[in-house]
Amino acid sequence: MIEQSVVHKYLRKNKKFPHIWCPGCGHGVIMGSLLRAIDKMGVDRNNVAVISGIGCSSRTPTYLDFNTLHTTHGRALAFATGVKLARPDMLVIVVMGDGDAVGIGGNHFIHAARRNMDLKVVVYNNNIYGMTGGQASPTTPSGKKATTARYGNIERSFDICDLARSTGANYVARATSYHVKQLENYIYKSFNKKGFTVVEAVTHCPTTYGRLNSLKEPVAGMEFQKNNFIMKNLWDKLSDEEKQVKFPMGEFVDVDKEGFVTKYLNLIESVRQGD
Amino acid sequence: MIKLLQGNEACAYAALAAGVRFFAGYPITPSTEIAEIMSMELPKRGGKFIQMEDELASMAAIIGGSLGGLKSMTATSGPGLSLMQENIGYASITETPTLIVNVQRGGPSTGLPTMPSQSDIMAAKWGSHGDHPIIVTYPHTVPEIYNETIRSVYLSEKYRVPVILLLDEVIGHMREKIEIPDENTIEKFDRKVPTVPNDWFFPFEGNLEGVPPFASFGEGYRYHVTGLVHDVDGFPTSKHSQIERFMNRLIGKIDNNVNDILKWEEYNMEDAEYAILAAGCIARTARDTIKVLREKGIKIGLIRPVTIWPFMEQPLINATKKIKKLFVPELNLGMLSLEANRVLKGKLEVCPYNKINGEIIYPSELEKFIEEEI
Ligand SMILES: Cc1ncc(C[n+]2csc(CCOP(=O)(O)OP(=O)(O)O)c2C)c(N)n1
Ligand code: SF4
Repeated sequence: MIEQSVVHKYLRKNKKFPHIWCPGCGHGVIMGSLLRAIDKMGVDRNNVAVISGIGCSSRTPTYLDFNTLHTTHGRALAFATGVKLARPDMLVIVVMGDGDAVGIGGNHFIHAARRNMDLKVVVYNNNIYGMTGGQASPTTPSGKKATTARYGNIERSFDICDLARSTGANYVARATSYHVKQLENYIYKSFNKKGFTVVEAVTHCPTTYGRLNSLKEPVAGMEFQKNNFIMKNLWDKLSDEEKQVKFPMGEFVDVDKEGFVTKYLNLIESVRQGD
Repeated sequence: MIKLLQGNEACAYAALAAGVRFFAGYPITPSTEIAEIMSMELPKRGGKFIQMEDELASMAAIIGGSLGGLKSMTATSGPGLSLMQENIGYASITETPTLIVNVQRGGPSTGLPTMPSQSDIMAAKWGSHGDHPIIVTYPHTVPEIYNETIRSVYLSEKYRVPVILLLDEVIGHMREKIEIPDENTIEKFDRKVPTVPNDWFFPFEGNLEGVPPFASFGEGYRYHVTGLVHDVDGFPTSKHSQIERFMNRLIGKIDNNVNDILKWEEYNMEDAEYAILAAGCIARTARDTIKVLREKGIKIGLIRPVTIWPFMEQPLINATKKIKKLFVPELNLGMLSLEANRVLKGKLEVCPYNKINGEIIYPSELEKFIEEEI
């Protein structure tokens, strides 16, 4: 009950529910972890922005009582860059689907990471384009089915955490909609860091990915996560064969390189002194 | 202070004077000087500059900056304008003030990067899917670029719409004498902000002019901004009555305020029997042509839109009542003349003169064309 009240504290009173998510969708679980992490921060909600692109996951901000911005497909990070530069003190959280973040928005993702822009990213990765009905996304695993990959996906898929790490993020972690405690902790930790941070929240989509890939029941999706996602240090010790079917979770990057905003504010300071 | 400035320079300094404090852009000829100046000048004023990864991102970033409370702008040219289109529509539907400077070059595609063209006149108005409100201004000299940049920022803030400032390559890159006022003496036109408490605030309820007061992010009004059609509370709606009310107000911001938004110039029109309709650099050609033709006894004048969208419908009808023929020279295949024909409905013969080879129209050729047509 205590848990419930924390979440309800941040749901909009003036927004008529129900939400658009399917019964059994993992997106709401991630939203719950996100809200508990925000609550732990103890920040003034007027000073929090939640920004998204387009997709099922990107509907999250609609329901939340913060400054919320539901933008265009793939561009959330670019909008968020503008908000953050205009309001350097604001906690700017960006929620995106996998297609939004690393498909159509992939260019913005790698450049926001390269700049170490002070944005707190949570990617809801359901391995598919949920909102448009289950087309293949850049994270659909090879061999898995989608409505545009009826014979199994022949493309290779992106590892979002690898991408974030190699392009320069300060903090990168992965958990799932089953591992809610870890998820909440990683999100909370990312909020306390400067620079670009990415938490990949692997989530189950019973309606599209699940239906096409024998995980139709919501519980089956969560059981898959429970059985196949293991902490990184244990995963590292697996044989190459085992690594093909199990997935690492945990924290992959945790460094403190100076973020863009700090650098720019210092630049303003030094230019003005030079005048 | 009297200076010799390029059009692009005048534009950048005017934007700073108007209080623009955020610029996001991507380099493209012939607009790049604007970004370069902003990157140097903004930090001196506590403002922010960022070079984005592309023009989609640039347009998105300035919408974010504007929502964060800073007057925001970008500058680009044809290919960049094409990439910005989806987010220009987003600025329209979310009513986020933004200034987009488009220094035109020849198209389509990469086209003619360093040569003049007026072929984005229609793209500026229609370039984004769906009916969307937008204002487009089109100055023709360096001093006018300065004034129109300031007016464009003002219009965009007042009506909460994206404004495209169209420039011609030849004026963007031409140096002219200009008297620049002290930046601090320019009026900064602060946004109208809400005065009611958060609980009573309807972020998308229009005032008398149809424009909602603007609450920047972080000011205590925690509202929702979306590119979905929304009701006065900001949340998406699929109720037809609410959709209609929203769309009518959105479009009405322009339609019901044309008198305030329109600006045009008439030159030698008092006794004119013939008229030229021209904008930007070609209005300069027209002016020179008119001088020569008048010396030859031909009574001809100029009608020049400064606000090009919304189009000067009634003023054009009024100005051409006694005119026998309207000449429309332009650096495209007939965009202004198409609009003139639409407005004049065949009541007056419209004679287009079009050129798309990357050159301007010279007064001598226009003079010859008009003499043959008369
Ligand atoms: C420019 C553009 N192209 C395509 C679409 C259609 N579209 C809407 S949501 C979506 C996919 C969303 O997938 P993802 O980001 O993975 O989020 P999910 O719905 O799975 O949460 C697409 C392709 C769009 N809205 N805009
Ligand atoms: S389609 Fe999938 S991701 Fe979208 S709401 Fe339904 S279950 Fe969730």
